[in-house]
Amino acid sequence: MPTKPAGTLYRGREGMWSWVGHRITGVVIFVFLLVHVLDTSLVRVSPEAYTAVIGAYKNPIMGLGEAALVAAIVFHAFNGLRIIAIDFWKKGPKYQRQLLWGVLALWAVTMIPFLIRHLTIVFSNFFGGH
Amino acid sequence: MSSNVIDAPRSNSAESPKYKRSKGSGSSFEMFAWLFMRLSGVVLIVLIFGHLFVNLMLGDGIHAIDFGFVAGKWSNPFWQFWDLAMLWLAMLHGTNGVRTIINDYAERSGTRITLKTVLFVASAVIIVLGTLVIFTFDPCPAGAVVDLPSFCPVP
Repeated sequence: MPTKPAGTLYRGREGMWSWVGHRITGVVIFVFLLVHVLDTSLVRVSPEAYTAVIGAYKNPIMGLGEAALVAAIVFHAFNGLRIIAIDFWKKGPKYQRQLLWGVLALWAVTMIPFLIRHLTIVFSNFFGGH
Repeated sequence: MSSNVIDAPRSNSAESPKYKRSKGSGSSFEMFAWLFMRLSGVVLIVLIFGHLFVNLMLGDGIHAIDFGFVAGKWSNPFWQFWDLAMLWLAMLHGTNGVRTIINDYAERSGTRITLKTVLFVASAVIIVLGTLVIFTFDPCPAGAVVDLPSFCPVP
């Protein structure tokens, strides 16, 4: 029977997993940002180059990728506000778990209308033709 | 059972008992970096949520994005400075975040210095490139035949 480890600083549960999620989403968003600046810079090459590359993004696979990216951004944004609350609000550390459930609830409330709108655009334009 | 104790970050560990990280320089740089992450984070929520709402939710969403869409936005100084602020704050916020991750996981000094050099060079290139693109952009380039915004003179 394993015993509870002694001297653990920060293991398991909401505190650790929100930290892991914040790191992973942060790196994903940063890598996307580098690519996003490069592809947008094609407007300086020619209108045709930019529109051709953006056109390659307009399919359901990339549409789902954009949805995942926005999901990562929205989590990172709301969990960032939770980190600020933990750092600056006197009762923040005490309520960090409840704050995480608040973050996840706000994340769902934001993502549902976004996904309905975005996926409608992505799939109706792809399957409906032009 | 082996030790379940987790060492404090960046301290000697069982895997690298001789690991010695030099002490900090004593400057307040890390405190300002910590504060910058919180301040820029709040501003970035406004800038990026606005960016996503205008580009993905309004009109025909992502389907409407082409050269003419970008040209229409950047013919307005409001969106030029919105995007400039977003570029600089997001790049500095992201660069500092990845710098922290490198400091956490790269134990050898040489590895840390190499990774951070690559990171800083890449970030500087992207920030300079993005800034130049926003401010040297021509919405009506000569010779273009498709996708120009409607306000461009007909050739």
